[in-house]
Amino acid sequence: MLPRRRTVREWLHLYLVLAGARVRADWQYRTSFVLFTITQFAITFLDFLLIVVLFNRVSRLAGWSLAEVAFLYGLSGVAFFVADVFVSQVERVSVYVRSGRFDSLLVRPLGPLFQLATDDFALRRAGKLVQACLVLGVAIAALDIEWTLLRVAVVAMAIVAGTVIFSAVWIGGVALTFWAVEAQEVVNSFTYGGNYATQYPLGVFAAWVRHMLTFVVPAAFVSYYPALYVLGRDDTLGLPQSVRFLSPVAALASAMVARWLWSAGIRHYRSTGS
Amino acid sequence: MRLWWEVARRSFRRHSTYRAATYAGVFTNTVFGFIKAYVLIAVFASRGGAPVDGMDVTDAVTFAWMGQAFYVMVMLTYLDLAELIRNGDVVAELYRPRDLQAWWLAADVGRLGYQVLVRSAVPTVVGAVFFHLRFPSSPGVWIAFAVSFVMAQLVCFAHRFIVSLTTFWLLDYRATQQAAAVVVAFFSGMLVPVTLFPDWLQAVARFTPYPSMMQTPVEVLLGRHAGWADSAAALGSQLLWVVVLFAAGRIVLAAATRKVVVQGG
Amino acid sequence: MSGDGIIIELGDVSKEFVVYRRAGRLRRERVVMRAVDHVSLTVGAGELVGYIGPNGAGKSTTIKMLTGILVPSSGLVRVAGVDPQRRRVELAQRIGVVFGQRSQLWWDLPLIDSFDLLRHVYRVPAARHASNLADFVSLLEMAPFLDTPVRSLSLGQRMRGELCAALLHDPAILYLDEPTIGLDVVSKARVREFLASINASRGVTIVLTTHDLADVERLCSRLVVIDHGRVIEDGTVASIRSRYAGWRTVVVDLEDASAPPLVVPGATVERVDGPRQWLRFARDSTTAAAVVSSVVAQARVLDLSIEDPDIDDVVTRIYTRSS
Repeated sequence: MLPRRRTVREWLHLYLVLAGARVRADWQYRTSFVLFTITQFAITFLDFLLIVVLFNRVSRLAGWSLAEVAFLYGLSGVAFFVADVFVSQVERVSVYVRSGRFDSLLVRPLGPLFQLATDDFALRRAGKLVQACLVLGVAIAALDIEWTLLRVAVVAMAIVAGTVIFSAVWIGGVALTFWAVEAQEVVNSFTYGGNYATQYPLGVFAAWVRHMLTFVVPAAFVSYYPALYVLGRDDTLGLPQSVRFLSPVAALASAMVARWLWSAGIRHYRSTGS
Repeated sequence: MRLWWEVARRSFRRHSTYRAATYAGVFTNTVFGFIKAYVLIAVFASRGGAPVDGMDVTDAVTFAWMGQAFYVMVMLTYLDLAELIRNGDVVAELYRPRDLQAWWLAADVGRLGYQVLVRSAVPTVVGAVFFHLRFPSSPGVWIAFAVSFVMAQLVCFAHRFIVSLTTFWLLDYRATQQAAAVVVAFFSGMLVPVTLFPDWLQAVARFTPYPSMMQTPVEVLLGRHAGWADSAAALGSQLLWVVVLFAAGRIVLAAATRKVVVQGG
Repeated sequence: MSGDGIIIELGDVSKEFVVYRRAGRLRRERVVMRAVDHVSLTVGAGELVGYIGPNGAGKSTTIKMLTGILVPSSGLVRVAGVDPQRRRVELAQRIGVVFGQRSQLWWDLPLIDSFDLLRHVYRVPAARHASNLADFVSLLEMAPFLDTPVRSLSLGQRMRGELCAALLHDPAILYLDEPTIGLDVVSKARVREFLASINASRGVTIVLTTHDLADVERLCSRLVVIDHGRVIEDGTVASIRSRYAGWRTVVVDLEDASAPPLVVPGATVERVDGPRQWLRFARDSTTAAAVVSSVVAQARVLDLSIEDPDIDDVVTRIYTRSS
């Protein structure tokens, strides 16, 4: 009775069923859920307010207008918060390992990564995602973009690739916690730090920071490089113009690195039991 | 008096064992310091270097890095007390014949003592190496800063004490803790100096205790409150918040204790 | 699965862990600890095996290697024809695991929801799932609390839920890690009955790890004892019992409450308490029947019973002999 492999559709269905169970369980604590979602939504506005505050003192930041920076903020935020809602709960793995619950995951016919993502799915984090979408929408409305099919595709690709990139940083980083639990904090500085940094035009940073954000943790491909094309700017900061379209490549590379790190982490656990 | 010293010392010891976690925290603080500093430099560059309200780019960058140094003091918005309340073990605490608020203050000071050594010192050094920072030369300013620093810690502690106590009524403290963290970060000047806020927002901020946590001491350090009158006003406003928050803390504690006694936890 | 019905096979399996211990003020020394030491074992399909040992003996390490959680340092592991190291997911489909101290159910949801979710996880055909569920619900008498959230269940109810959950996908092997721990007497009996029943009716191979030796006594046809990473005993409960505790006791209630200790060839009076006397004899020196006839011949007996050595005594002897 060798079960055939699951199709993509079956995986999606399983994700929905399992994550849905988590949502139903959380919904029992209704007031807490709603309160949390609203608070998150409101609080992320303070996050954007910071940028507005800065623009109170300047009309352009490194040559970028408020609407253009809001566009960067929105792109980065949407990608980041989609990853936050669907993937970030994987960081609970060290809690599972410490309590022994991780073993329960390994005796099931599913990958532990998938189970971690669905077991602790937290819909209440979506409040932040809604805010990011709103900012992106308002920015797009405020900007006078000449929409072509390619521009729309680049935006869509930026969001998808961006989600993959942030997810990869999360998963790859979390894999490191198999070796050292404290690695989580370092990973956070790359995920939250990556999101924070890519809210601003890359030219704000010194060269070495830009190289980090392009070649090490490719968060620049989430917002800055795609935005260059969409906004009709060309300041690729020393890199070839084609970099504006390379988000999918960065996403693929990140995914491969993350996958390798996670497998190594699981191998380490199965060899040492901790 | 001896007791509080012991409590602080034990807390210092306990936190010094979390070595790897501290180093990881240093890394995060440093990374965010870089991002903040570069953004502020870009802001001033886009103004052609024109100062804001007397604050120039060097001031702002120093401010950014001092913010990271103050992180361990400011950004903790709850105490272990919150977890004790949530799982009911707090009853033992309430029966102690010692002042609860003073006890936790001593423990907090001990924690800060250790974390300041590493998590505050290292980012400051890194910031000084990579950027041009401005530190005062006059001893008077350093003394004023020291006083302001102490009061900032008291304000921060009193605030986290109250936030932790809300667990008595709310049970799940994570939401309040996160909400408080964002509000604190925003209005204390941790993310962007309050000096750069528009005037109306600055006025709003001054009505909250948050600038006393970080904005005021760093302003003192940067010499923005030169002269006795100015310094006295700044330190005075901090002192006011210390008194108000400590008093509020005791009131909330009394209410919480009553609740526990009446309802049995 | 091999042709001769062997479903679990451990071939000279060892598992070593590297532990760092403080040696002096600054250095750390690297110590290699062998948790499982060249263990070879086979279990046939349909067996009900008790797997016991003192704490730290290597029991859970072995089970973890069998279920694919850990990979062995050396040796061969084959379960249901599959190498757990390489084909963990495939193996997971064919095994069920019940952890006595951890729950695999969804804590905040009604019990029935957990069963339904597992149907999706294990991809059990709906009809099969429904029929299994109906069987188990009736066998374990779970109908009254199917809609209760798992967090509100008593330990006994939750354990029944865990058993059902582990079997819904028709696993060939069921591993149980301390399933009766903390349960009351009635619940324990229920669990044992259920395990015996599914072993008999569905042919599920059962490997049971427990510290409660009554579980072993009442359920297991075979007992494997492990200590210091080595298998020190492997056989039927009866054969192990006779090997380690070759004595029995006849307890007689005499009519005469003040009778002196009886004299019985091949037996010694271990204890006298009023009318009751305990007569102990070695298996190889005489039989219970001979002892009884001798007693009946010399005194008036109101009642008698025959006691075998406690399984606890047997196992204690095994553990102490090996340490």
